[in-house]
Amino acid sequence: MAEKILMKGSEAIAEAAIRNGCRYFFGYPITPQNEIPEYLAKRLPEVGGTFLQAESEVAAIYMVLGAGAAGARVMTSSSSPGISLKQEGISYMAGAEVPCVIVNIMRGGPGLGAIQGAQPDYWQATRGGGHGDYRLLVLAPATVQEAVNLTYEAFDLADKYRNPVMILGDGILAQIMEPVELPEENKEQPEKTWAVCENHNRPRNIVSSSYPQVDVLEQINLRLHKRYNEIKNNEVRWDSYLLDDAEYVIVAYGSAARIAKAAVKMARAEGIKAGLLRPVSVWPFPVKPFQDILPQVKAFLALEMCTGQMIDDVRLAIGNARPVHHYGRLGGVIPLPEEVLGKLKELVKEGK
Amino acid sequence: MNKIFSYPEALVDVPMHYCPGCTHGIIHRLVAEVIDEMGVMSKTIGVASVGCSCFNYDYFNFDMVATAHGRAPATATGVKRVHPNCLVFTYQGDGDLAAIGTAEIIHAAVRGEKISVIFVNNGIYGMTGGQMAPTTLPEMKATTSPYGRNTALTGYPIKMTEMLALQDGCVYAERTKISSVASINKTKKAIRKAFELQMAGKGFSVVEILSTCPTNWGIEPVEAIKWMENNLEAYYPVGVIKAPKEVE
Repeated sequence: MAEKILMKGSEAIAEAAIRNGCRYFFGYPITPQNEIPEYLAKRLPEVGGTFLQAESEVAAIYMVLGAGAAGARVMTSSSSPGISLKQEGISYMAGAEVPCVIVNIMRGGPGLGAIQGAQPDYWQATRGGGHGDYRLLVLAPATVQEAVNLTYEAFDLADKYRNPVMILGDGILAQIMEPVELPEENKEQPEKTWAVCENHNRPRNIVSSSYPQVDVLEQINLRLHKRYNEIKNNEVRWDSYLLDDAEYVIVAYGSAARIAKAAVKMARAEGIKAGLLRPVSVWPFPVKPFQDILPQVKAFLALEMCTGQMIDDVRLAIGNARPVHHYGRLGGVIPLPEEVLGKLKELVKEGK
Repeated sequence: MNKIFSYPEALVDVPMHYCPGCTHGIIHRLVAEVIDEMGVMSKTIGVASVGCSCFNYDYFNFDMVATAHGRAPATATGVKRVHPNCLVFTYQGDGDLAAIGTAEIIHAAVRGEKISVIFVNNGIYGMTGGQMAPTTLPEMKATTSPYGRNTALTGYPIKMTEMLALQDGCVYAERTKISSVASINKTKKAIRKAFELQMAGKGFSVVEILSTCPTNWGIEPVEAIKWMENNLEAYYPVGVIKAPKEVE
């Protein structure tokens, strides 16, 4: 087993990217994710890579498009308002089938909001985000180790599906320090026969999301839809805690899931059969585990650091079969396990 | 018998979608001829943006990336950083480069990004049907300036190439026009200089080409050329704006 080292979430994400062949990073400063570009500004030149600070998030995402179209493993990172600015380019990359990894370290909103960790961008992340009928593969780590593993894997998934992959974290994940085991450096990269590059004897490559003929564009949309279904079939990821006999199930992803876990422990100590279902891929959303545990469950509680967005997916997963409640703190206020326990007790008392 | 004239290898032999009298076709051909003459087609990557020229990936016979309105310089930056030995150029109109893409073009020049920019300026939005551009001349009519461009309301035409030339990272900036055999030849030389300086690793280069839009100007093609010289050129004088000593 490799040695464990203590790392900040944002720096661990950056190092994991390098370990899986990311050699290009384009970004623009925004809190609370600045340690990602700062780390890469130092590290990428050491491994023969390129770090470039762009003039805006908009420019950065198009640099990512260019580098991705040129066949490189490339990443950008930002936080909520900056991710909004990148949406046009993300849509173009989805349309042009350019792989890349985008890290969104969410903060409170709307607008400029505040810099503390929050989860208000779930809809934006899981519903495409920009214009057009597309999806991102969105992975939501809860610990620094998981952030390392998922960021590393994100580059393989982006290349496999020729689609942008988003790592959805928040200010807590980016700033927390935890011991991590880093993966070995991967030097193998898939061949990209579609990329633009020096060309001596193949037909020319065109990387574009422009399809002016409607019947052609319809076929492209169908092809992308088929790919999204493949992702739905292959890439669902989730985790659980004390779920086997749970009657009250907290559903939470990312940092909120850590708080939920503490609340579940406290509830169990008081004799409440609580459990945690934690989506790790928030798109595709893990539907099956909800259906599997449905018979035993009395109610679901969606714990989110926003007014309730993921709760929609919980409802879509179970229909009207059970009540689905919400608890959350907003604007960067972190819910305490005691508050969540209080809400659970309320549900038990009311027999909901 | 020696063949002395042929269709450029760097151009696909298909009909172009441009309007009668439009000069994009000539400019495409000049770019292709320069690439052929430099023998760099195998390592050329073009970046198409949004405007009348947005389908030029159908016409250029080498790898192309099609990107969003105004974002070609950023996209080309990504491409060039991955393939520093390739010839990377953007092909942008005045709406694309001088309005929505102002930040991207200025900062590509500021960084001394080793790309070349073909900037086609006809003072109007062509693709979307003749709206006012930042380059539209005072009093000039467009569909969104139906009474003529009112400078009190919308300001003055932007001088992008002069602004780019001010940046230290920009090594070469020239404005040319497409109006006669002589000016076409001059434009071709300018494109060649821009590409050569890029391949020599000198920095950012831009060639602004004054062009016509008979359709949206509402003038016949030959008249349009005269109008361009009498009006557009009067505001945007042609000539070398910045060049390294060895080129001057």
